[in-house]
Amino acid sequence: MKIAVCVKAVPDAAAGRRIDPSTNRIDRSVELAISDFDTYAVEEALRLKEAAGDGEVVVISMGPEKAMDALRKALAMGADRAVLITDSALEGADLLGTARALAGAIDKESADLVLFGQQSADGGGACLWSAVAERLHRPVISQVSELTNEGSSVLGKRQTEFGYDTIRAPLPAVIAVSDAINTPRYPSLKGIMGAKKKPQDTLSAADVGGAGAVGTTVIALSPPPARAEARKVEDDGNAAEQIVEFLAEKRLI
Amino acid sequence: MSIRPAEFPPPWSPSEAIAPPTDPADERIEVGFLIVGAGPAGLAAAIRLGQLMEEHPETAERLGEVPVAVLEKGKAPGSHLLSGAVVNPRGLQRLFKGRKRLDEMPFYGEVHGESVLFLTRRRAVRIPTPPTMVNHRNYVASLSQLGRWLGEEAEELGVTILPETSAERLLVDGGRVLGVRTGDRGRGRNGEELGNFEPGSDIAARVTILAEGTQGHLTGAALDQFGLRSESPQVWALGVKEVWKVAKPLHEVVHTMGWPLRAGRKYREFGGSFIYPMGDDMVTVGMVVGLDYRDAELSVHDLLQELKTHPRVRSILEGGERVQWGAKTIPEGGFVVLPKQLHAPGLLMCGDGVGFVNVPALKGIHYAIESGRLAAEAAWRTLERGASSRDALASYDESVRESFIWSDLREVRNMRQAFGRGFYVGGALASAMTASKGKFPPGDLETERDAEQSLIVTDRAKSYPAADGVLTFDKLSSVFASGNRTRDDQPNHIRVQTKVPRELAELWARMCPAHVYEVGEPDGDGTVEVKLAPSNCVQCGAITAKGGRLTPPEGGSGPEYTLT
Amino acid sequence: MAGTLVFLEHHEGAIQKGSLGVLSKAAQLGGDVTGVLIGSGVRGIAESAGAFGATTVFVADDERLAAPLPQTRVDVLAKLVRDEGFDTVLFAQSVLAADVAAGLAARLDAGLNWDLVDLSADSVGKRPALADSVVVDVGWSSDVKLAIFRSGTFDANETGGTTEVKDTAVELEDFSTQAQMVEQAHAEQQGPSIEDADVIVAGGRGLGEPEKFALAEELAQALGGAVAATRAVVDAGWYPYSAQVGQTGKTVSPKLYVALGISGAIQHKVGMQGSNVIVAINKDPNAPIFEFSDLGVVGDLHTIVPKLVELVRARKS
Repeated sequence: MKIAVCVKAVPDAAAGRRIDPSTNRIDRSVELAISDFDTYAVEEALRLKEAAGDGEVVVISMGPEKAMDALRKALAMGADRAVLITDSALEGADLLGTARALAGAIDKESADLVLFGQQSADGGGACLWSAVAERLHRPVISQVSELTNEGSSVLGKRQTEFGYDTIRAPLPAVIAVSDAINTPRYPSLKGIMGAKKKPQDTLSAADVGGAGAVGTTVIALSPPPARAEARKVEDDGNAAEQIVEFLAEKRLI
Repeated sequence: MSIRPAEFPPPWSPSEAIAPPTDPADERIEVGFLIVGAGPAGLAAAIRLGQLMEEHPETAERLGEVPVAVLEKGKAPGSHLLSGAVVNPRGLQRLFKGRKRLDEMPFYGEVHGESVLFLTRRRAVRIPTPPTMVNHRNYVASLSQLGRWLGEEAEELGVTILPETSAERLLVDGGRVLGVRTGDRGRGRNGEELGNFEPGSDIAARVTILAEGTQGHLTGAALDQFGLRSESPQVWALGVKEVWKVAKPLHEVVHTMGWPLRAGRKYREFGGSFIYPMGDDMVTVGMVVGLDYRDAELSVHDLLQELKTHPRVRSILEGGERVQWGAKTIPEGGFVVLPKQLHAPGLLMCGDGVGFVNVPALKGIHYAIESGRLAAEAAWRTLERGASSRDALASYDESVRESFIWSDLREVRNMRQAFGRGFYVGGALASAMTASKGKFPPGDLETERDAEQSLIVTDRAKSYPAADGVLTFDKLSSVFASGNRTRDDQPNHIRVQTKVPRELAELWARMCPAHVYEVGEPDGDGTVEVKLAPSNCVQCGAITAKGGRLTPPEGGSGPEYTLT
Repeated sequence: MAGTLVFLEHHEGAIQKGSLGVLSKAAQLGGDVTGVLIGSGVRGIAESAGAFGATTVFVADDERLAAPLPQTRVDVLAKLVRDEGFDTVLFAQSVLAADVAAGLAARLDAGLNWDLVDLSADSVGKRPALADSVVVDVGWSSDVKLAIFRSGTFDANETGGTTEVKDTAVELEDFSTQAQMVEQAHAEQQGPSIEDADVIVAGGRGLGEPEKFALAEELAQALGGAVAATRAVVDAGWYPYSAQVGQTGKTVSPKLYVALGISGAIQHKVGMQGSNVIVAINKDPNAPIFEFSDLGVVGDLHTIVPKLVELVRARKS
């Protein structure tokens, strides 16, 4: 079974996630690491491969050249190969451009299963998997907290606001897993040492179908509005009433 | 009534850190040379070995698939590195001779001017720079950044760096060091194995080089195991520092003495502060105090906050913003407490771990680098045909004794101890030592263990400024600013007695810059409970100096320094 | 804003509040607003959208659309956009809506901005970033603009009005029907999980002892919310780790966050600073939490909260 895991290399949390004032985008000049959410997808892929007894796990990402260092963690966890789409033409790509490029790379792999982590740690709430599934013309299930390999299909337990749905999709399929699905393993020392030797390939924009147009723009940044009319009161016996009044005012009750 | 922290030793024994290998031979990981610690000493050793591998590829073949491995317990090289720092480039120049120029190294600029100030609450008086502190031709650096850069240089030479990996035990068998056992990952609060439990591994190497830095966990165990400890005990200082973005550039390197430390002999408050420019838009300010202080209410973190309210310091930081915070101990015993020997069968030790720090000059980084380089050369000699491993390793001690590390430290060997007599007497003695280039006084002044100092309680805490979140900060927000996001359910890595007299609990609560200890409920018999929040720990090591023991927590936890 | 289409999500016979909120906002921005309702047996609820600002509602009613799966909805929306020439399609954040919007973006090569908290008449969106520490103005450079609004951003405003209900043909791609609903759950929740809750009542050390978490639970129940805890009390064993909010716990952004006895250390703040409205009760007037709450009450939570619970219950009945 061949599983492609799409991961994103994001600025490592403590290195200070900040916005580069000259580009209005997240400053990527600092250390990059695989987004925490994506490690759940890598872990799930490894478990599926181990359960099946054989197969290949390929991690695919799009980013600057140094993102390859971050991909090595996935190799250290046990993934077999890393593919990095890197091209200055793709810098600043948005959802559309990223989906286009990833789909192009996945196409080359003929994967049975494509996994994503649920959320991008630095972009918040991106739903790349749906856009990629659309380009690949394959079924997609997101928010999966339990995944079962049925051979020619997968069964996913999907968490929605209303409870859990169980959905079946024939392979090849695109699945986005939530952080409830597993606990990612720590890379073993042997894994870390062996990571360097595993194949690490790069692809250019041309290799994955060209850069294409961008659909969204970032116009400006500003500090968040200070909480308007913040009030501080001392309890003189009526605090409970004051709170209720406040909540009513805000139409919260 | 007057208690000493040493009366309440931690539930820990050095034998916990020594063991024979336990993994079956086929699971053991074999490397050529193993280095513990990706700091300046460890990476200098790694880089020198890498250079030697390049120069002698046929010999290098004998080191196997992983010729040089460096274990680092932090998230990455630099994550646990913290210093001032003003670096004497000598060590780096020798390490990179013929390969890299100074302008290719990650410095924040050469020192262009300096002043030493004596502070009172409101005033600052410039005093002549003591000769030991002149920083002409030295460079300002962030040790964390330097470490990161050295790590990259090492990897380019074929060195394997293994981050997020702690070294828990020294593997010793038949009187010989065989390597190291790494720590487990994925244990819960009570030591239970969690879903992603990953046991540590035995790593075997022909030579193990310990470069663990201050309070080296395995270094301490090795010194005991092989009977190499000096007669006089090591002593430490605690440094707490911040990095700030500033509105106007600082053009000189500043050191201060005096306020907020108290000069009286009974307090034993030895130390001072440093304020260094980092380029035009950043400044680092730090407070360093010897851990032989006696007042249970002393808090170095709060002294730093207090220092910032001094008009001179405040004006430097005005309009700026704090961007990072950190803390770490510094070994201060110097020459007098160096181990009797720096090697043992299969083992070499270098850097802060064995105390190569020149306290009056506030320098240790270039000694760490030079000692790492010398250790690498000695380790390489074990590969030479017909070489006796014993002689090769012994040559490390010889070369250290012939190096500037030894002569420099010897010259200033009694200065720190002199300050045990109080600031003014100490100052006078120090001047005499400088003038005589270390010949006066003859002999060596002994040190006293920090934990042996009896406690006093003053109301020092009254004058600590309340945190305003702009200039002054509380400990918890500071821990956040160190990048620490250790998982909360890790096993507790701190060994202390948890039922102690109130003054001792208070000492620890104030001492710890990361708010790990809290004074708990009284037990009704004169003692109180000590409550711990180990996930706050930034692994500074202060507790080890003052009656407890820091052991390495799970690899990857702790601070994630980038600018310290 | 001519040519706006709003995706109306529905569940168990009613249009979701979030969708109605987005509808109200779109109507407020001016121009013609059209809603689209996709499912099986949903025609009956289409008209109710008129009261919230939809001048027209397209209904795609088909057995094959019964399961709330995204890819069939992409087919319906794409066809509508192409046939009717909409230039803007708006969604209220939900698991389903996010998947639909992204799939639609790829289908139409349309720009998609998500997590928006506002939109101007000249198509500039506002979105918080970096744990809500900064606000980004975003725009579109594509012909068709897609936007997802953060949960609960807009209130559903009933302004009255009727709507014309039209049917739209349902043409589905082969791959869109490959995912099949095997079992749809409608779990009776014991109250929302922390991540989904609109209201969270969080307890900290100021509660004093583990038993006092009952106060937080009662208030949460009265308000219809979930209970959360700070790291300190979880460390002390007063409440489970699954309820921990903060840097090393969960990040939440409910409509209302009530902090009981919480000092507001930054480790906690970064997990909840995106909450819409923050009410804090703490007896320490210098607690940092007062610096970022909308209503800060300096007082004893042990006397205030029981009274508060009573009043809230009375009001709700």
